[in-house]
Amino acid sequence: MRRRPRTSTASLLTLLAALLLAVAPHAAAQVPGGSSDATLPDIEDEVMCPICGTLLGLSESPQANAERAFIQRRIVEGMSKQEIKDALVAEYGPEVLATPESSGFDLAAWIVPALGLLLGAMAVAIGARRWRREGRNSGGPGASAAPPPDPAAGDEARLEADLGRYNL
Amino acid sequence: MGNRSFIFVLLALAVVGLLGFGMIANGSATIAVGEPTPDAEIERLGGEETASIADYRGQWVLVNFWASWCKPCELESPAIEEYSQAHNGDVVVLGVNTRDLTEDAEQFIADNGLTWEMLHDGDGSLSDSFGSVALPESFLVDPEGNLALIRRGPVDEAYLEQNVTPLIEANGGAGA
Repeated sequence: MRRRPRTSTASLLTLLAALLLAVAPHAAAQVPGGSSDATLPDIEDEVMCPICGTLLGLSESPQANAERAFIQRRIVEGMSKQEIKDALVAEYGPEVLATPESSGFDLAAWIVPALGLLLGAMAVAIGARRWRREGRNSGGPGASAAPPPDPAAGDEARLEADLGRYNL
Repeated sequence: MGNRSFIFVLLALAVVGLLGFGMIANGSATIAVGEPTPDAEIERLGGEETASIADYRGQWVLVNFWASWCKPCELESPAIEEYSQAHNGDVVVLGVNTRDLTEDAEQFIADNGLTWEMLHDGDGSLSDSFGSVALPESFLVDPEGNLALIRRGPVDEAYLEQNVTPLIEANGGAGA
Protein backbone atom coordinates (compact mmCIF):
# COMPACT_ATOMS: atom_id res chain seq x y z
CA MET A 1 0.00 0.00 0.00
CA ARG A 2 2.92 2.34 0.66
CA ARG A 3 4.31 1.82 -2.85
CA ARG A 4 1.58 3.82 -4.50
CA PRO A 5 2.87 7.29 -3.49
CA ARG A 6 6.41 6.34 -4.70
CA THR A 7 5.02 5.33 -8.10
CA SER A 8 3.08 8.53 -8.41
CA THR A 9 6.20 10.58 -7.51
CA ALA A 10 8.18 8.72 -10.17
CA SER A 11 5.44 9.33 -12.70
CA LEU A 12 5.33 12.99 -11.76
CA LEU A 13 9.10 13.28 -12.17
CA THR A 14 8.96 11.53 -15.55
CA LEU A 15 6.18 13.86 -16.67
CA LEU A 16 8.15 16.88 -15.48
CA ALA A 17 11.26 15.71 -17.32
CA ALA A 18 9.26 15.13 -20.48
CA LEU A 19 7.74 18.60 -20.17
CA LEU A 20 11.18 20.15 -19.67
CA LEU A 21 12.54 18.34 -22.72
CA ALA A 22 9.62 19.51 -24.79
CA VAL A 23 9.90 23.12 -23.68
CA ALA A 24 13.71 23.38 -23.67
CA PRO A 25 14.26 24.00 -27.43
CA HIS A 26 11.62 26.75 -27.51
CA ALA A 27 13.05 28.35 -24.40
CA ALA A 28 16.53 28.34 -25.92
CA ALA A 29 15.22 29.93 -29.09
CA GLN A 30 13.68 32.78 -27.13
CA VAL A 31 16.78 33.65 -25.12
CA PRO A 32 18.37 36.81 -26.56
CA GLY A 33 21.83 36.00 -27.81
CA GLY A 34 20.89 32.37 -28.18
CA SER A 35 22.03 30.07 -30.95
CA SER A 36 21.85 31.28 -34.56
CA ASP A 37 21.22 29.16 -37.63
CA ALA A 38 23.64 31.38 -39.57
CA THR A 39 27.16 30.21 -40.34
CA LEU A 40 30.16 32.14 -41.59
CA PRO A 41 30.69 30.00 -44.73
CA ASP A 42 27.02 30.38 -45.61
CA ILE A 43 27.17 34.19 -45.41
CA GLU A 44 30.69 34.54 -46.84
CA ASP A 45 29.62 33.50 -50.31
CA GLU A 46 26.66 35.89 -50.40
CA VAL A 47 28.39 39.12 -49.41
CA MET A 48 31.23 41.16 -50.83
CA CYS A 49 34.39 42.50 -49.31
CA PRO A 50 33.68 46.11 -50.47
CA ILE A 51 37.28 47.25 -50.12
CA CYS A 52 38.71 44.24 -51.98
CA GLY A 53 35.97 44.29 -54.64
CA THR A 54 35.64 40.49 -54.45
CA LEU A 55 33.38 37.98 -52.79
CA LEU A 56 34.21 37.88 -49.08
CA GLY A 57 34.86 34.14 -49.24
CA LEU A 58 37.60 34.74 -51.82
CA SER A 59 39.50 37.43 -49.93
CA GLU A 60 42.16 37.04 -47.28
CA SER A 61 42.93 40.73 -46.76
CA PRO A 62 42.88 42.30 -43.25
CA GLN A 63 39.73 44.21 -44.28
CA ALA A 64 38.02 40.95 -45.20
CA ASN A 65 39.09 39.43 -41.90
CA ALA A 66 37.60 42.42 -40.06
CA GLU A 67 34.33 41.83 -41.91
CA ARG A 68 34.47 38.11 -41.00
CA ALA A 69 35.00 39.03 -37.34
CA PHE A 70 31.97 41.34 -37.56
CA ILE A 71 29.85 38.47 -38.94
CA GLN A 72 31.19 36.04 -36.36
CA ARG A 73 30.29 38.41 -33.52
CA ARG A 74 26.74 38.72 -34.85
CA ILE A 75 26.44 34.93 -35.07
CA VAL A 76 27.53 34.64 -31.43
CA GLU A 77 24.92 37.27 -30.54
CA GLY A 78 22.32 34.96 -32.09
CA MET A 79 21.43 37.02 -35.16
CA SER A 80 19.86 35.27 -38.12
CA LYS A 81 21.50 35.26 -41.55
CA GLN A 82 19.14 37.96 -42.82
CA GLU A 83 19.74 40.15 -39.75
CA ILE A 84 23.49 39.87 -40.28
CA LYS A 85 23.16 40.78 -43.94
CA ASP A 86 20.99 43.77 -42.94
CA ALA A 87 23.66 44.83 -40.44
CA LEU A 88 26.29 44.64 -43.19
CA VAL A 89 24.11 46.75 -45.49
CA ALA A 90 23.74 49.32 -42.69
CA GLU A 91 27.55 49.50 -42.48
CA TYR A 92 28.63 49.30 -46.11
CA GLY A 93 25.48 50.03 -48.12
CA PRO A 94 23.63 47.67 -50.48
CA GLU A 95 26.78 47.08 -52.56
CA VAL A 96 27.96 44.66 -49.88
CA LEU A 97 25.40 42.13 -51.09
CA ALA A 98 26.76 39.78 -53.74
CA THR A 99 23.27 39.02 -55.00
CA PRO A 100 20.83 41.80 -55.92
CA GLU A 101 17.69 42.42 -53.87
CA SER A 102 14.42 41.02 -55.17
CA SER A 103 12.70 44.41 -55.05
CA GLY A 104 13.03 47.86 -56.59
CA PHE A 105 15.55 48.48 -59.36
CA ASP A 106 17.56 45.39 -58.34
CA LEU A 107 14.63 43.27 -59.47
CA ALA A 108 15.78 44.02 -63.03
CA ALA A 109 18.88 41.87 -62.39
CA TRP A 110 16.58 38.86 -61.97
CA ILE A 111 14.01 39.75 -64.64
CA VAL A 112 16.32 40.72 -67.50
CA PRO A 113 18.23 37.38 -67.70
CA ALA A 114 14.96 35.45 -67.45
CA LEU A 115 13.50 37.63 -70.19
CA GLY A 116 16.64 37.09 -72.27
CA LEU A 117 16.33 33.34 -71.80
CA LEU A 118 12.67 33.45 -72.81
CA LEU A 119 13.43 35.56 -75.91
CA GLY A 120 16.29 33.23 -76.81
CA ALA A 121 14.06 30.18 -76.51
CA MET A 122 11.42 31.89 -78.64
CA ALA A 123 14.04 32.79 -81.27
CA VAL A 124 15.28 29.18 -81.34
CA ALA A 125 11.72 27.87 -81.67
CA ILE A 126 10.86 30.30 -84.47
CA GLY A 127 14.18 29.57 -86.22
CA ALA A 128 13.65 25.81 -85.98
CA ARG A 129 10.13 26.11 -87.36
CA ARG A 130 11.28 28.25 -90.26
CA TRP A 131 14.19 25.88 -90.95
CA ARG A 132 11.85 22.90 -91.05
CA ARG A 133 9.43 24.70 -93.34
CA GLU A 134 12.20 25.75 -95.75
CA GLY A 135 13.70 22.25 -95.67
CA ARG A 136 10.33 20.73 -96.50
CA ASN A 137 9.90 23.09 -99.45
CA SER A 138 13.41 22.59 -100.88
CA GLY A 139 13.89 18.94 -99.95
CA GLY A 140 16.84 19.86 -97.76
CA PRO A 141 17.92 18.25 -94.52
CA GLY A 142 14.84 19.51 -92.73
CA ALA A 143 12.51 17.80 -95.17
CA SER A 144 10.42 14.92 -93.95
CA ALA A 145 11.50 11.45 -95.12
CA ALA A 146 9.66 10.93 -98.42
CA PRO A 147 10.06 7.75 -100.54
CA PRO A 148 12.89 8.12 -103.11
CA PRO A 149 11.60 8.70 -106.64
CA ASP A 150 11.84 5.83 -109.10
CA PRO A 151 14.81 6.22 -111.41
CA ALA A 152 13.76 7.03 -114.90
CA ALA A 153 13.97 4.22 -117.41
CA GLY A 154 16.83 5.96 -119.26
CA ASP A 155 18.86 6.31 -116.08
CA GLU A 156 18.42 2.63 -115.33
CA ALA A 157 19.71 1.61 -118.75
CA ARG A 158 22.70 3.94 -118.42
CA LEU A 159 23.55 2.48 -115.03
CA GLU A 160 23.45 -1.04 -116.43
CA ALA A 161 25.72 -0.01 -119.30
CA ASP A 162 28.23 1.58 -116.91
CA LEU A 163 28.28 -1.44 -114.65
CA GLY A 164 28.85 -3.69 -117.64
CA ARG A 165 31.66 -1.47 -118.92
CA TYR A 166 33.59 -1.71 -115.66
CA ASN A 167 32.86 -5.45 -115.23
CA LEU A 168 31.41 -4.87 -111.81
CA MET B 1 24.11 47.70 -97.05
CA GLY B 2 21.41 45.11 -96.54
CA ASN B 3 18.91 45.13 -93.74
CA ARG B 4 20.73 42.35 -91.90
CA SER B 5 24.09 44.12 -92.07
CA PHE B 6 22.49 47.31 -90.84
CA ILE B 7 20.95 45.53 -87.84
CA PHE B 8 24.27 43.82 -87.11
CA VAL B 9 26.16 47.15 -87.14
CA LEU B 10 23.46 48.70 -84.94
CA LEU B 11 23.77 45.85 -82.42
CA ALA B 12 27.57 46.09 -82.42
CA LEU B 13 27.33 49.85 -81.78
CA ALA B 14 24.90 49.25 -78.92
CA VAL B 15 27.29 46.74 -77.29
CA VAL B 16 30.27 49.09 -77.66
CA GLY B 17 28.17 51.96 -76.28
CA LEU B 18 27.12 49.91 -73.27
CA LEU B 19 30.70 48.84 -72.55
CA GLY B 20 31.87 52.44 -72.84
CA PHE B 21 29.14 53.65 -70.52
CA GLY B 22 30.09 50.95 -68.00
CA MET B 23 33.72 52.02 -68.07
CA ILE B 24 32.85 55.70 -67.63
CA ALA B 25 30.34 54.98 -64.86
CA ASN B 26 32.92 52.92 -62.98
CA GLY B 27 35.56 55.61 -63.11
CA SER B 28 36.00 57.94 -60.14
CA ALA B 29 34.87 61.53 -60.25
CA THR B 30 37.53 64.16 -60.71
CA ILE B 31 37.71 67.24 -58.57
CA ALA B 32 40.00 70.26 -58.65
CA VAL B 33 41.00 73.17 -56.45
CA GLY B 34 38.52 76.03 -56.77
CA GLU B 35 35.57 73.75 -57.51
CA PRO B 36 32.61 73.37 -55.12
CA THR B 37 32.96 70.38 -52.81
CA PRO B 38 30.51 67.50 -52.94
CA ASP B 39 28.14 67.93 -50.02
CA ALA B 40 26.15 64.71 -49.81
CA GLU B 41 24.39 64.11 -46.51
CA ILE B 42 25.85 61.09 -44.69
CA GLU B 43 25.57 59.58 -41.21
CA ARG B 44 27.59 60.74 -38.26
CA LEU B 45 29.84 57.92 -37.05
CA GLY B 46 28.02 55.80 -34.48
CA GLY B 47 24.91 57.95 -34.56
CA GLU B 48 21.55 58.17 -36.26
CA GLU B 49 21.98 61.81 -37.26
CA THR B 50 23.27 62.89 -40.64
CA ALA B 51 25.53 65.75 -41.64
CA SER B 52 27.25 67.14 -44.70
CA ILE B 53 30.22 69.35 -45.44
CA ALA B 54 27.71 72.05 -46.42
CA ASP B 55 26.71 72.27 -42.73
CA TYR B 56 30.09 73.94 -42.07
CA ARG B 57 29.71 76.81 -44.56
CA GLY B 58 31.37 79.93 -43.23
CA GLN B 59 34.22 77.95 -41.71
CA TRP B 60 37.43 76.44 -42.99
CA VAL B 61 37.07 72.66 -42.99
CA LEU B 62 39.85 70.10 -43.23
CA VAL B 63 38.15 66.94 -44.50
CA ASN B 64 40.19 63.82 -43.82
CA PHE B 65 39.17 60.46 -45.33
CA TRP B 66 40.38 57.49 -43.30
CA ALA B 67 39.63 53.90 -42.26
CA SER B 68 40.64 51.75 -39.31
CA TRP B 69 42.27 49.18 -41.61
CA CYS B 70 44.51 51.87 -43.15
CA LYS B 71 47.95 51.93 -41.51
CA PRO B 72 49.05 55.31 -42.94
CA CYS B 73 45.79 56.76 -41.54
CA GLU B 74 46.88 55.66 -38.08
CA LEU B 75 50.35 57.09 -38.60
CA GLU B 76 49.05 60.52 -39.61
CA SER B 77 46.30 60.72 -36.97
CA PRO B 78 48.45 62.23 -34.14
CA ALA B 79 49.48 65.10 -36.43
CA ILE B 80 45.87 65.85 -37.34
CA GLU B 81 44.76 65.60 -33.72
CA GLU B 82 47.47 68.02 -32.66
CA TYR B 83 46.62 70.37 -35.53
CA SER B 84 42.91 70.36 -34.70
CA GLN B 85 43.63 71.34 -31.12
CA ALA B 86 46.25 73.94 -31.99
CA HIS B 87 43.98 75.59 -34.58
CA ASN B 88 40.67 75.12 -32.81
CA GLY B 89 38.44 77.99 -33.89
CA ASP B 90 40.34 78.61 -37.13
CA VAL B 91 39.56 75.33 -38.83
CA VAL B 92 37.13 72.48 -38.29
CA VAL B 93 38.69 69.07 -38.75
CA LEU B 94 36.10 66.67 -40.12
CA GLY B 95 37.02 63.00 -40.35
CA VAL B 96 35.19 60.83 -42.86
CA ASN B 97 35.47 57.16 -41.98
CA THR B 98 35.26 55.34 -45.29
CA ARG B 99 34.34 51.74 -46.19
CA ASP B 100 34.78 50.67 -42.61
CA LEU B 101 32.85 49.01 -39.79
CA THR B 102 31.53 51.41 -37.15
CA GLU B 103 32.82 49.40 -34.20
CA ASP B 104 36.31 49.09 -35.74
CA ALA B 105 36.30 52.83 -36.42
CA GLU B 106 35.22 53.62 -32.85
CA GLN B 107 37.96 51.38 -31.51
CA PHE B 108 40.48 53.19 -33.74
CA ILE B 109 39.31 56.56 -32.41
CA ALA B 110 39.59 55.38 -28.81
CA ASP B 111 43.02 53.80 -29.37
CA ASN B 112 44.40 56.95 -30.98
CA GLY B 113 42.62 59.46 -28.73
CA LEU B 114 41.00 61.36 -31.60
CA THR B 115 38.62 64.17 -30.69
CA TRP B 116 37.60 65.68 -34.02
CA GLU B 117 34.15 65.26 -35.60
CA MET B 118 33.53 62.09 -37.57
CA LEU B 119 31.15 61.06 -40.34
CA HIS B 120 30.61 57.51 -41.60
CA ASP B 121 30.85 56.94 -45.36
CA GLY B 122 30.23 53.18 -45.24
CA ASP B 123 29.67 52.64 -48.96
CA GLY B 124 32.41 55.09 -49.95
CA SER B 125 30.03 57.27 -52.00
CA LEU B 126 31.32 60.57 -50.58
CA SER B 127 34.91 59.43 -50.96
CA ASP B 128 34.16 58.49 -54.60
CA SER B 129 32.63 61.89 -55.28
CA PHE B 130 35.91 63.45 -54.12
CA GLY B 131 37.70 61.28 -56.68
CA SER B 132 39.47 59.45 -53.89
CA VAL B 133 41.91 56.81 -55.09
CA ALA B 134 43.48 55.66 -51.82
CA LEU B 135 43.51 56.39 -48.11
CA PRO B 136 44.26 58.65 -46.38
CA GLU B 137 43.36 61.77 -48.33
CA SER B 138 42.73 65.29 -47.06
CA PHE B 139 40.86 68.22 -48.61
CA LEU B 140 40.76 71.79 -47.35
CA VAL B 141 37.41 73.47 -47.95
CA ASP B 142 37.13 77.25 -47.78
CA PRO B 143 34.24 79.08 -46.04
CA GLU B 144 32.38 79.38 -49.37
CA GLY B 145 32.45 75.62 -49.81
CA ASN B 146 35.11 75.49 -52.52
CA LEU B 147 38.14 73.26 -52.51
CA ALA B 148 41.29 75.11 -51.47
CA LEU B 149 43.75 72.21 -51.21
CA ILE B 150 43.93 68.53 -52.14
CA ARG B 151 46.35 66.14 -50.45
CA ARG B 152 46.34 62.57 -51.73
CA GLY B 153 48.34 60.66 -49.12
CA PRO B 154 49.20 61.09 -45.43
CA VAL B 155 49.95 64.44 -43.83
CA ASP B 156 52.29 65.37 -40.98
CA GLU B 157 52.74 68.44 -38.78
CA ALA B 158 55.10 70.09 -41.24
CA TYR B 159 52.76 69.60 -44.19
CA LEU B 160 49.79 71.01 -42.31
CA GLU B 161 51.67 74.05 -41.04
CA GLN B 162 53.30 74.79 -44.39
CA ASN B 163 50.29 74.20 -46.62
CA VAL B 164 47.06 74.50 -44.66
CA THR B 165 47.87 77.27 -42.15
CA PRO B 166 49.01 79.85 -44.74
CA LEU B 167 45.79 79.45 -46.73
CA ILE B 168 43.65 79.95 -43.62
CA GLU B 169 45.68 82.89 -42.35
CA ALA B 170 45.83 84.56 -45.75
CA ASN B 171 42.06 84.53 -45.85
CA GLY B 172 41.55 85.80 -42.33
CA GLY B 173 41.00 82.53 -40.46
CA ALA B 174 37.59 81.20 -39.59
CA GLY B 175 34.62 82.66 -41.38
CA ALA B 176 36.70 84.93 -43.59
